[in-house]
Amino acid sequence: MRPILMKGHERPLTFLKYNREGDLLFSCAKDHTPTVWFADNGERLGTYKGHNGAVWCCDVSRDSRRLITGSADQTAKLWDVKSGTELFTFKFDSPARAVDFAVGDKLAVITTDPFMELTSAIHVKSISSDPDEQTAESLLTIKGPRGRIQTAAWGPLNKTIISAGEDAIVRVWDSETGKLLIESSKETGHQNTVSSLFMSEDGSHFLTGSLDKSAKLWDSRTLTILKTYVTERPVNAVAMSPLLEHVVIGGGQSASEVTTTDRRAGKFEAKFFHKILQEEIGGVKGHFGPINALAFNPDGRSFTSGGEDGYVRLHHFDQDYFNIKM
Amino acid sequence: MAISTQRKDWADYEEDDGGDFLLPPTEVIGPDKKGIKKVISYKYNDEGKKVKVTTTIRVTKTVTRTGRGVEERRSWPKFGAAADGNDGCISVSQEDIHLEKPTAPGEKPKEKDIQQAAGTGGGTLMVCRTCGMKGDHWTRECRYKNLAPNPADATSETSKDSDNNKGTKKYVAPRPDRKRREDEEHSIRVSNLSDDTRDDDLRDLFAAFGPVARARVLFDHHTGKSRGFGFVNFVHKEDGERAIQKLNGYGYDSLILCVEWAAPRSK
Repeated sequence: MRPILMKGHERPLTFLKYNREGDLLFSCAKDHTPTVWFADNGERLGTYKGHNGAVWCCDVSRDSRRLITGSADQTAKLWDVKSGTELFTFKFDSPARAVDFAVGDKLAVITTDPFMELTSAIHVKSISSDPDEQTAESLLTIKGPRGRIQTAAWGPLNKTIISAGEDAIVRVWDSETGKLLIESSKETGHQNTVSSLFMSEDGSHFLTGSLDKSAKLWDSRTLTILKTYVTERPVNAVAMSPLLEHVVIGGGQSASEVTTTDRRAGKFEAKFFHKILQEEIGGVKGHFGPINALAFNPDGRSFTSGGEDGYVRLHHFDQDYFNIKM
Repeated sequence: MAISTQRKDWADYEEDDGGDFLLPPTEVIGPDKKGIKKVISYKYNDEGKKVKVTTTIRVTKTVTRTGRGVEERRSWPKFGAAADGNDGCISVSQEDIHLEKPTAPGEKPKEKDIQQAAGTGGGTLMVCRTCGMKGDHWTRECRYKNLAPNPADATSETSKDSDNNKGTKKYVAPRPDRKRREDEEHSIRVSNLSDDTRDDDLRDLFAAFGPVARARVLFDHHTGKSRGFGFVNFVHKEDGERAIQKLNGYGYDSLILCVEWAAPRSK
């Protein structure tokens, strides 16, 4: 395959997200302007100007009309996808990290980093369909975990919120009361910062990637570890194929070590694993920095990776990929 | 498969067209239920005979479903930094990237091995020392055994040499390079080789003219790169002459080879 290289960001990529139909690709980077691309040919549709800091995460509503972004400028913003106009700003007292729309797009979860004396927190906001009626009020604020909460996602039927972060523990919260329902144990779970989380389409299981050089597949209800995928490098990004039983894991050594090691030794490749057999299928090379973000097209026929090198690489799979037998 | 079903006006035919318009018109049958379409056309072949050409084509329709709103979003105007037609920087990778299969844990492919495998097309142990043929026969079964310089002769010559020097009664070391020099008497110098020509490529090229005793590309010691020329020795001198005739000025790897008898090595 010949990937399409999209160089629209001037700084490292942080997050990638496809809309539901898989025709639009949203990319976030540390350069303040989230960008939307056409996912088939990589043409740039537009940029969302307004943030004043690195943008860590984004999510797009099911109807592809609203975009929510979380940024280090201590805000999360709602955008009109079509025009790029800013609809609403949620102001916080610390950088926003992860954002996720609930099923139905009526709710959104936003996590904030620990900052000065503030601890990290998970905020649940209600999202109104009319941006004029939007309020900044939090329906629920969950505090407790130490360290940064790198990622948060809605569990099945919006009943739970799953969070994970620097303390390496995956937690399941009740999304109405904010009560901690289950947390992963230190022994069997991740040993280092959980950097990313990818929820399966049906919400039954999710995949986490951690700096402990592994990715784990969890049951979202019971929080049992179903599978573990081991690599040689810290994992920054994970994604699951919606079409085949494949998971893709991206990473590489930390950015500070990049200049001191060889490109080949860096292992800046997206590694494909068989979801059930946990066997490595192969690697896709190309980035010359660690991979920070990965996303699968909802049709499963292409995937995108974003790296510390500022490039978004859009790969349309060859037929060979679909013929792989394990 | 490009089949022109368009018929030219008869006035457009040139006389030397060979009267194409006399041929029956092209028939198209189908496509039938299975999507098979038959195109029957007529033409004159090189011998001037009328030939019926039947081409069977399967016509398939692929339906790609796109979600609601995809078409609409296609036509959305660009905004933000993309509004001024500036598309960022989009390029298609020149490199063809494959899903690379993992190597067994703890095992690293050695670059040398890969190079060798690519260069020699699978190494073989069976090498004839007389004619240099690989993988075909052993030295002792070589067809050209009696034509090759006899190692026994070489030793007798060296003993003659030492006879000449008898008066000094000094020990004269046998000259192991004697045989090699004899070989070089009719070695062929091949120059203007491309950088990635290897010994075996050279051998392959010259093997067509007869058994090759030696084929060597010279490499720079420091850079490891080819110096752009090499030497080839044939078992038979006549083969060498033919090779020079044929290959001098032959285009190889986009370069024009210069093939000539090697000048005797200056002392």
